Amino acid sequence: MSRITTLASAVLATTLTAGFSTSALAAAGDPVKIGIMLPFSGIYAQLGEAGRDGLKLALKEQAEQLHGSKVEFIELDTEAKPSRAPELASSLLNQHEADFVIGPVHSGVAMGMIKMLRGKDTIMIIPNAGSAAATGPLCAPNVFRTSFSSWQPSYPMGKVALDKGYKKVYAISWNYGMGRESLDAFEESFTAGGGEIVEKVLLPFPSTNFQSHVSDIADEQPDAVFTFFAGGGAIKFVKDYDAMGLRGKIPLLGSGFLTEGTLQAQGEAAEGVMTGLHYAEQLDVPKNQAFREAFHTEYGHYPDIYAVQGYDAGQAIASTIDQLEGDISDKQAVISTMEQLTIDSPRGEFTFSRAHNPIQNIYLREVKDGVNVVQAVAAEALEDPARGCRI
Amino acid sequence: MSTELFFVQLINGLQYGLLLFLIASGLTLVFGVMGILNLAHGSMYMVGAYLVWYFVAVTGSFTASAILSAVIALGLGILIERVLIQRLYNRNHLDQVLLTIGMIFVFNSLQSILWGNDPYGVAVPEALSGAVPFTDNSSYPVYRIFAALICVAIAAALYFLVSRTRLGMLIRAGESNREMVEALGVNIKSLYTIVFAIGVMLAAISGIIAAPMRSIVPGMGESVLITCFVVVVVGGMGSIKGAFVGALLVGVISTFAAVLMPTMSNMIIYIFMILVLLVKPQGLFAK
Repeated sequence: MSRITTLASAVLATTLTAGFSTSALAAAGDPVKIGIMLPFSGIYAQLGEAGRDGLKLALKEQAEQLHGSKVEFIELDTEAKPSRAPELASSLLNQHEADFVIGPVHSGVAMGMIKMLRGKDTIMIIPNAGSAAATGPLCAPNVFRTSFSSWQPSYPMGKVALDKGYKKVYAISWNYGMGRESLDAFEESFTAGGGEIVEKVLLPFPSTNFQSHVSDIADEQPDAVFTFFAGGGAIKFVKDYDAMGLRGKIPLLGSGFLTEGTLQAQGEAAEGVMTGLHYAEQLDVPKNQAFREAFHTEYGHYPDIYAVQGYDAGQAIASTIDQLEGDISDKQAVISTMEQLTIDSPRGEFTFSRAHNPIQNIYLREVKDGVNVVQAVAAEALEDPARGCRI
Repeated sequence: MSTELFFVQLINGLQYGLLLFLIASGLTLVFGVMGILNLAHGSMYMVGAYLVWYFVAVTGSFTASAILSAVIALGLGILIERVLIQRLYNRNHLDQVLLTIGMIFVFNSLQSILWGNDPYGVAVPEALSGAVPFTDNSSYPVYRIFAALICVAIAAALYFLVSRTRLGMLIRAGESNREMVEALGVNIKSLYTIVFAIGVMLAAISGIIAAPMRSIVPGMGESVLITCFVVVVVGGMGSIKGAFVGALLVGVISTFAAVLMPTMSNMIIYIFMILVLLVKPQGLFAK
């Protein structure tokens, strides 16, 4: 029975599409395969789920842009473990022959994926991992990013600190890619404007024993503190900072992840914390409000930044297929189409840089009554310097 | 480092060490008496923290939530001992390790299913939310002082229990010669259940006390478990006195290491452990 159905539909499809070019035939017949490599278990599970939900929402909303192509999702759980990345990426590439691979959250996993996918026929879209290398030394024609580079949220904060009159800043983070790169980016603009980093502390990841450092800050009395922490570490740091009586005395600045998805747990301790990021939940952009309501209707809760980044990866795919009228067989055409896109993101419109990282606004936000309130645009249409990238 | 800062850091270290002792005491008690190496001990710490977070969200009262969580943990300890651990007394350590590692995965999955993977925080209870002025520039949070005092009180109670009560006498007897205790007509089975349940409850209480100071995140149990093992190995496996001294040493050393050489701080306690083992291969207070 099933064989007869297959045969019948094949005949039908051939009849209907007769007269189209062969590649169009292939495109209409084969589904668009989207491999999803995100963490669905482990400490980053929440981020992975949000990214996937955003991605699927975009492709559902923009289904008519797909010119009749069906979308097939292949979901693989990275568990945020770099060691598993090459194997999973390889299976998406060789076994499933995915047209697009979306992932990952964790920068370490990104390195493993890029190694495998660089220069191949699959388009890789990174919906979070901010590692500088991905759109720096390891940049590739087929690798795009819809999130940020580690440099972007922190670089403008150096100028923010100077504008507020801070001269001496204590910088603290974890000793791994994102932590080091965030502090370096801040230092770059801060010292260029005459500021001084009085102390730069890099703790082993993921240690959250901050108590002694917070005591050290109290003793040092800098004008301000700059930091990158995320998740559980961000909660702990902000609470320790408050518990030692430093909140309100020494301003706390950070890369935006310090107060993303953590505000409820940080509670009052986060009030007044100033951070830079390419998004804020209350951002006054019409697309943002529409997106938030649509996401809420679909999933029953409001989206976060990780959902926005996944959503934009989905938008990039839909727009590309639309502009190519459903034919994505020519990967060169896919890449050059994606490079020209303007994404109507909930964070405001953005385009891709030559290294395929978003050129986007960075907003200065301050926590007020448990919400990241946008104070100003800290940097407009900021482009990552893409050091070491040769495309 | 100024003298002032030195004392602040010393207090930080002692306070951290006291919390470490509370976690490690259950681990070493269970090992000392029953010979069971409970790798899921860290999971019990996690369970305590998640339970108190959950009940605070529901009831709004930290005290009520803390007591309720501790009682639930005690019940959980009895259940685990009766259903699982009891089957292992006559098996070797490898089987115990396999079972308790399996329990880590079970508890992590339960945590993910029941409470999700978002990081959570518990607000410091109103009455303890203040801070006492400490130096010109900083103050010390009241809750941390309270937490340290609770740890000291529990340490004292544990000492009293083991050295001064009938139950403690039986525990000590069970430690040195199980068969003889049985032969004297003591129900060693229920003694073991009690000891294991107390061990679980101690871990959970540490999680409860730590909850307002730390972030409640998936995997919090494993990170604390490893530090706990360092404490227990330094102090001598099975020795409560050893765990106390070991915990304070590890707390103070890791605090100063964090300030003086931040990038190496995670390594320092292991180096310290190796040094101790070179001099005293059985730990400081081995039996």
